Amino acid sequence: MLKYIAKRLISMVPVLIGVTFLVFAIMHFTPGDPATLLLGEEAPPAEVERMRERMGLNDPFLVQYGNFLFGLLRLDMGLSLTTGRPVFNEITNRLPATIRLAAAAILVAIFIGVTAGIIASTKQYTIFDGGAMFIALLGVSMPNFWLGLMMILLFSVFWNNTFGYVLFPSSGFDTWRHLVMPAVVLGTAHAAFITRITRSSMLEVLRQDYIRTARSKGLSSRVVIYIHALRNALMPVVTMAGLRFGVLLGGSVVTEQIFAIPGMGRLLVESVRSQNYTVVQGIILTYAIIFSLVNLAVDLLYAAIDPRIKVQYK
Amino acid sequence: MATEATAVKTVTRKKQRTRLQETWRRLKKNPWSMGGLILIIVLALIAIFADQIAPYGYNEQDYFRILQGPSRENLLGTDNLGRDVLSRIIHGSRLSLSIGFITTGIGLTVGGFLGALAAFYGGRIDNLIMRFMDVILAIPGFIFAIALVTALGPNLTNLMIAVGINTIPYFARIIRSSVMSTKENEFVEAARVIGSSDLWIIFKHLIPNSLAPILVQATLRIGDTIIIASGLSFLGLGAQPPLPEWGALLSAGRGYLRVAWWMATFPGIAIMITVLAFNLLGDGLRDALDPRLKN
Repeated sequence: MLKYIAKRLISMVPVLIGVTFLVFAIMHFTPGDPATLLLGEEAPPAEVERMRERMGLNDPFLVQYGNFLFGLLRLDMGLSLTTGRPVFNEITNRLPATIRLAAAAILVAIFIGVTAGIIASTKQYTIFDGGAMFIALLGVSMPNFWLGLMMILLFSVFWNNTFGYVLFPSSGFDTWRHLVMPAVVLGTAHAAFITRITRSSMLEVLRQDYIRTARSKGLSSRVVIYIHALRNALMPVVTMAGLRFGVLLGGSVVTEQIFAIPGMGRLLVESVRSQNYTVVQGIILTYAIIFSLVNLAVDLLYAAIDPRIKVQYK
Repeated sequence: MATEATAVKTVTRKKQRTRLQETWRRLKKNPWSMGGLILIIVLALIAIFADQIAPYGYNEQDYFRILQGPSRENLLGTDNLGRDVLSRIIHGSRLSLSIGFITTGIGLTVGGFLGALAAFYGGRIDNLIMRFMDVILAIPGFIFAIALVTALGPNLTNLMIAVGINTIPYFARIIRSSVMSTKENEFVEAARVIGSSDLWIIFKHLIPNSLAPILVQATLRIGDTIIIASGLSFLGLGAQPPLPEWGALLSAGRGYLRVAWWMATFPGIAIMITVLAFNLLGDGLRDALDPRLKN
């Protein structure tokens, strides 16, 4: 198992180095001079030039990239062009909110998706199946920022007008009630996707001989579905949920914006608007690292679900 | 001998025709996909004849009718500048549909070309291209699009380029795997023997023979790109005012959510219906082209 983890970790390295190069190159060729942005438009040219020298902006591209890469190894992502504070600290301040939101959303998605998927597959061609699949299709077709606005309209505005209090607050991030709407908004598309995969995967598994055997042994339907079928049907669900996690991370940017959550996504949008390129660069890298780590975790989970993979790497 | 050859030719032609017809026949039997197709046609007609259909111009302001709810004069209400929301949505369909088609077109052309090159030459070229695709895929799509728009500058054209670049890896992967299996066929060998150039073989023989998976992927991608693009516009990184792009309309409506619910509600429904139509058709096409996948 350790060998498997090590192999997967090593395979992540070249891709992540590639990501650093791509992101650094995109930001490097973005118009706007970081030294001027840091010092302000009115700064005297001599001072800007000194700052450029200090920031290493006069070095050739590859030297700058090399310095950036070595900096990353020491967790140094440069300085924020608006606050002058280290980018690393700015990001770690905002990271917990994003992780909390993403974790809550994925829990919502898995709970709703797997449950709906099981119901749809065990009651194939009934109204439950049709209904679940149609809602799932709506779920993947709906932009999450629109769903967010509609939920605010319903649970904050209309609810307040009708009952005189706010059921779920529409901004902030202090209590669990603040988390409900953003988690549902962010989790919906994912839930819809998981429903579809769970259904098709379960339908395939339910037709296998060993399920027939289990049933003919006289096992209860519940045991057959939850113990025998679900475990085998979960493999593609876990894989696809992991691959689609990137979509969820992307969606968190808009969700944080709508519900005024002080996370990394909101910082990204603020930084893009204020041309704070060092922070933009740092945040994109952090998102890529989180995404890669989640996919690593998915692979490990895969090994946990399917004993054959574990055996391969003993 | 000659008759035999003609007979074989007729049979193959017949087979080809029936395969296409078979797909269409299966697609026709699926009411959901046909619904999707009809919706797409209707949306396309609305986009084409927007000037004739829309009751008002998209930037026609009436200061006496600011933030009015749905009424007979303005079916979906008016916005903060007194512009008719329905007319803005109708004109916006032009932008959102073009964004969907153009971005998918960029991904399809560039990704298709790169994928075909990778599969055809294999070895180092394959490795180089596909590792580059892995790098792009390691960055969550929406976030990569934000990075590109930041670098290029926020406007409609750059938005399309950014979202288009985003879809390249998906097409590259699909076309690569499809070409990999097609290139082993004898007709490719035959083309090479009669002296066809590599590019000719790729464009004339390999890509056309991989059309089925490309078609399904493209249909499903159009929906995705419309959502991504409207999300970027929602953040102010895409279409700029007064353009009535649906995401931008939603963004404007957000500020008036408490006083004018219609401003944010209806553009979102427009996005949902459009994306739903493409998803319905894409799902149906996938099942029709490969009935084994259907449960």
